[in-house]
Amino acid sequence: MGRIPLSYLTNRVFTLFLTVFVAATLIWIIPRLSPIDPIDVMLGRMAAGGGTIENSEAILQQLRESFGLDQPLIVQYFLYIVNSFTLDFGLSTASFPTPVSSMIGYALPWTLGLMFISLIITFVIGNLLGALMVWEHTPRLWKVAIPAAMVFTSIPPILSGLLLMYVFSTQLRWLPLSGPYGLNVEPGWTFAFINSVLYHGFLPAMSIVVVTFGFWALGMRGLMITVQGEDYTTLAKAKGLKPRYILYRYMIRNAILPQITAFALKIGLLVAGQVLVERIFAYPGMGKLLYDAILTQDYPVIQGVSFVIILMTAIAVFLVDLIYPLIDPRIRHGG
Amino acid sequence: MTDENATKPETAEADVKGLTRAQIRRMKRFDNPWQNPKLIWGLSMLLGIIALGVVGRMLWDTDMVFTGSGIPRQGPVGVENLRGQVGTWAHPLGTDVTGKDILALLIVGAPNSLYVGMLASLIGMSIGIFLGFSAGFIRGRLDDVIRVGSDVMITIPPLLILVVFQAAYGDISLTVMAILIACFVWQSPTRLIRAQVLSMRESGYVQMARLSGASTWHIMFREMLPNLVPYLFGSFIANVTTSIVTAVGLEVLGLGPQRVPTLGRVIYDAINSGALIQNLWWWWGIPTLLLAVMFIGLLLVNLGLDEVSNPRLRRL
Repeated sequence: MGRIPLSYLTNRVFTLFLTVFVAATLIWIIPRLSPIDPIDVMLGRMAAGGGTIENSEAILQQLRESFGLDQPLIVQYFLYIVNSFTLDFGLSTASFPTPVSSMIGYALPWTLGLMFISLIITFVIGNLLGALMVWEHTPRLWKVAIPAAMVFTSIPPILSGLLLMYVFSTQLRWLPLSGPYGLNVEPGWTFAFINSVLYHGFLPAMSIVVVTFGFWALGMRGLMITVQGEDYTTLAKAKGLKPRYILYRYMIRNAILPQITAFALKIGLLVAGQVLVERIFAYPGMGKLLYDAILTQDYPVIQGVSFVIILMTAIAVFLVDLIYPLIDPRIRHGG
Repeated sequence: MTDENATKPETAEADVKGLTRAQIRRMKRFDNPWQNPKLIWGLSMLLGIIALGVVGRMLWDTDMVFTGSGIPRQGPVGVENLRGQVGTWAHPLGTDVTGKDILALLIVGAPNSLYVGMLASLIGMSIGIFLGFSAGFIRGRLDDVIRVGSDVMITIPPLLILVVFQAAYGDISLTVMAILIACFVWQSPTRLIRAQVLSMRESGYVQMARLSGASTWHIMFREMLPNLVPYLFGSFIANVTTSIVTAVGLEVLGLGPQRVPTLGRVIYDAINSGALIQNLWWWWGIPTLLLAVMFIGLLLVNLGLDEVSNPRLRRL
């Protein structure tokens, strides 16, 4: 186990904060430059719902105050930055007095659950298949089939999601079309509920897995080629160890470490892909929340969701950067 | 083997080296790295999509992208829809729920997606070349700023910032969307080029050029840039993929250009109108497949270029 030098740590923490700060600033500035006034949109919706509105000037003033829009811009900006870092994003305009943070609080576990499950499945399958591409004892059929399956790597998960949905939900009717769990189960820690969640989550997770495993497999293939030529592999063979034992204990164990850094590069795209998958499967995570907010022009929700996803991505990258030297002592920090 | 074959000069030559004719053909093919099967397949897929856009415009009436061009919900040729209507040659790939012709949508939409990807990647690439060279060659404070900047920006998923942008501004044109995406695809070329420049700047030919009094500009763009071309191509293609994925993502969320047909927009309309449940598979399925072909083509070009620039990846 290596120790992390302080200069490296401060460097990474600084980058983390700067990333979140830049993202928050971009999210704040962009709508301010737009000619569309969110309060007008909200008032328009009220007018469409209730016909005429009395005292519209007073309501307008009141709303501006409740969203803090009557303050000078610089004050608004500082309030916004402070509030964002404390995860307070104000109130939703579409479902008015609901705080955005509670909407996000409901959606976040679904997104994180789907993400972790699909990431773990992809990581295992991808690395195993990548290792099998190089291993000399792999059956010939697999050596042909794996590279053929890699063609799907470049497709965004929304397209694979649509195709899988069509085949398994509407044609074969094996799996449910949408939603997080069945209509006939009560949410709670019961077996029926968990079963239903897994049953409904299978297809969204699979649509992410089929298009992302190739990325890991390609990386693993390159690393395995290097490991295959190492002296310790040759020695293990010379000792007469079983090929399967050599594969798992000697080759994969040494090749897999650099793969973890690839997380940092890939995570942004994975998150964006998952947002879209949630939208087509009507999965109640951040993606669906974002999509609904776009439909209703609910700016606080759009900003809040974007901020939280970027925050999650930045923290994930930060953790990967931090954990990696701990598990791979060969890495030395230059500071 | 007949006697005729044995007397041919090629086989005589082959016998001398102890190789079969197939092996010789293979050797010759791999002698020229650009005749890489992956590269050729990928390029022909992309050219096919461009050809669909160019030839399609000449042969097909692209005005049929508008609502009410045909009978709604009609299947492709020979396919019966839920109302028992069989598709005709008037709309070979069927129509959507408002009677737009799917073939016309593809002819107009597919090149649009490719255009956004290429333009965004080209702009991002230019920024990346400029910043990467500046950081790697000039070093100092500028290097720190560029390095931290690209570290920060590479973490931010472009889709989310663009969602905020488009939700606030509404309709935008294809070119504006491409420029916006370009703001988020310059980081990886910048990092790549910076790393390469750092390793190259101490090499013999660069020092030679410096000693002969060549200007910084000359060393950067005339001496070093040509050596980076294979990396640049690979990075460019990878960025085209990222840009198209981002553009399609925006379109599928209902953002992006509203008045120009794009493949993502067609899929958005299809999902919103419940095309999956109504079994209108041609409506979302054909654009999805076309996008898949585009992405597979880009991937194959990228893998092919990798093999061209890195001979160790080639298999004989």
